[in-house]
Amino acid sequence: MQPSASPAQTSPRANLAGWLYVSPLVLVLVPFFVAPILVVLAASFFATDGFGGLTPGFTLASYVEILHSALTLKLYLATIKFTVLTWVFTLIIGFFVAYFLVFHVRNQLLAIGLFLLCTVPFWTSNIIRMISWIPLLGKEGLINQALLALGVIRQPLEVLLFSDLAVVIAYVHQLTIFMIVPIFNSMARIDKKLIEAAIDAGASRFDIMRLIVVPMSKSGIALGTIFVVSIVMGDFFVVKVMSGGGSASVVSAFYEDVGVLQYPNAAASAVLLTLVLVAIVSLILRTVDIRREITS
Amino acid sequence: MAIERGDIELAGVCKSFDGVTNVVDGVNLKIADGAYCCFIGPSGCGKTTILRMIAGHEDPSAGEIVIGGQNVVGLAPVQRRTAMMFQSYALFPHLTVRDNIAFALRVRGMSRGDRLRAADAMIEKVRLTSFADRLPAQLSGGQQQRVALARAAITEPRVLLLDEPLSALDEQLRVQMRQELRRMQRELGITFIHVTHTQLEAIALADLVVVMEHGKIKQAGAARDVYAHPHDRYVAEFMGGQNVLSGRVEKVNGASFTLAQAASDGIEVPLQARAKVSIGDQVDIAVRRDDIALVRPGQALPEGCATSLPSRVLAIEYQGYFVKVMLDTVPDDEFVAYVPERTFFADPLTVGDVVMATWATCSARPLAQRSVAQREF
Repeated sequence: MQPSASPAQTSPRANLAGWLYVSPLVLVLVPFFVAPILVVLAASFFATDGFGGLTPGFTLASYVEILHSALTLKLYLATIKFTVLTWVFTLIIGFFVAYFLVFHVRNQLLAIGLFLLCTVPFWTSNIIRMISWIPLLGKEGLINQALLALGVIRQPLEVLLFSDLAVVIAYVHQLTIFMIVPIFNSMARIDKKLIEAAIDAGASRFDIMRLIVVPMSKSGIALGTIFVVSIVMGDFFVVKVMSGGGSASVVSAFYEDVGVLQYPNAAASAVLLTLVLVAIVSLILRTVDIRREITS
Repeated sequence: MAIERGDIELAGVCKSFDGVTNVVDGVNLKIADGAYCCFIGPSGCGKTTILRMIAGHEDPSAGEIVIGGQNVVGLAPVQRRTAMMFQSYALFPHLTVRDNIAFALRVRGMSRGDRLRAADAMIEKVRLTSFADRLPAQLSGGQQQRVALARAAITEPRVLLLDEPLSALDEQLRVQMRQELRRMQRELGITFIHVTHTQLEAIALADLVVVMEHGKIKQAGAARDVYAHPHDRYVAEFMGGQNVLSGRVEKVNGASFTLAQAASDGIEVPLQARAKVSIGDQVDIAVRRDDIALVRPGQALPEGCATSLPSRVLAIEYQGYFVKVMLDTVPDDEFVAYVPERTFFADPLTVGDVVMATWATCSARPLAQRSVAQREF
């Protein structure tokens, strides 16, 4: 991050101070992040006796098996479907909520109050939030009862709960805040005078959004996208609970592998997913210069 | 419907943000088509608010704003044919110079080719051709200012509104850009309304200088009128270059009256036709700083000088072509003489010297009293 002082110019003393500054983070990251990843990476190359026993060694058998399996492709397609749907809805909702808070709420105190209101659902646990959809979406749930009472439907809708629809609803509910926060942050930095200048030039509201607000919120959108994509792709719990076991994702599949003691397979799947995610994130970073958002 | 002329009339314009105090308080003003008008006043005097109301970014609480013969209150900026150049420019940071300038044409639905051609022509006019593909952050202050000017001018407005356009620049550039603004105004032949808090900028540029205080116009007129013949104490002190003295009228004799002074014989002031003073009135008068002559005690006064006030030199500042001598002539008020450099160094004064400050009687001018001035506008 520091563009100054090349190593040759840095005195040993400054070097030591630099290391001291990063040491707390290193002390956390090395045992809890780097080490587990290395373990998983190593395990993915081990052989197994099929009953949980691992034989240290180097074999690509797990990778070959995964890459040859039609299931892998299906799982990725399913996961990507959830990811894209969740991304689209969180982006639309997140963008407009942030837009409303920044450009339409004149009173800043009120804007901050409303912003905090967006975080209220996060005061309860993820599990409770998911379970709370059941009385709403269930067969005897509020929505079905209301629709039945109105005579719109004769049979309760089954697709509402324990379906892909329910999975996407739960994801959007959980993750929209991850879009709102970074987009709000980058929008709040747009000088209001720019909007006025655009109005002065004769721009309509839509023009302003299209030509000024969206391009200037790009880094916030990218940051939110990274959050949402990496969370959805790395999740198995929501899929499991909200689909009622009917759908699977990449992670839920290798969670099953772990359950049946197929450790090398699970590890290889994990490594593959990590690579895919890294590729996606670097693609996003390539299109949007996100550094501005973090440093400025 | 289309507004063709850029003459502006403000009639009883008021603006209040809180419903209690008027930021702009009953302003009446006529600005001719193609004039360069400067609004000047301290911050918070309502000058920017007037500008924003003319631009259509703010609606007046009362009164009419007429541009080219049409009441524009309630119309969008585009319909008014005004364009605004914002303080600190408000350039779109994600667009290149060319796209910034072409922005207004883009949102008006002009085709890409046409608008880029028009933008390039305008870029040439402000001499930024080699910078057309840069982002605003890669430009200097003066270049950014020119982009802002070009962006505002591209829609061929009848009125261009400039909110402190030079305040973000350093001194040298400011003088240079000042000339450029004037050149552009002449070239475009449209009305410019320029808000500033720098006196020099206003009198250097404007055909019409409007001095404001507390939401009211104190004086509006040609630059020379406002500078040389300030209406009242406020204008005289704000525009600078004048010494303001006050005193009680001691006697009135035909064409002049005498102002009582504690330490000396009194100040003789010529009476102007419209002014009426009677004995006992508290009156402010103004004498230009460059009309003051300083003579050593005992020396003869120059011709035409009836008043001389004994003073001590408080400070001396060398200003190049003149020397600024600060004196304790009147208690409480600043009293300054601008002595031509050669005259000063013929007989240099030092701090602490006692001199007689004198001036030709005809160069003293009585000022309107505050209460009178407020009733007039």
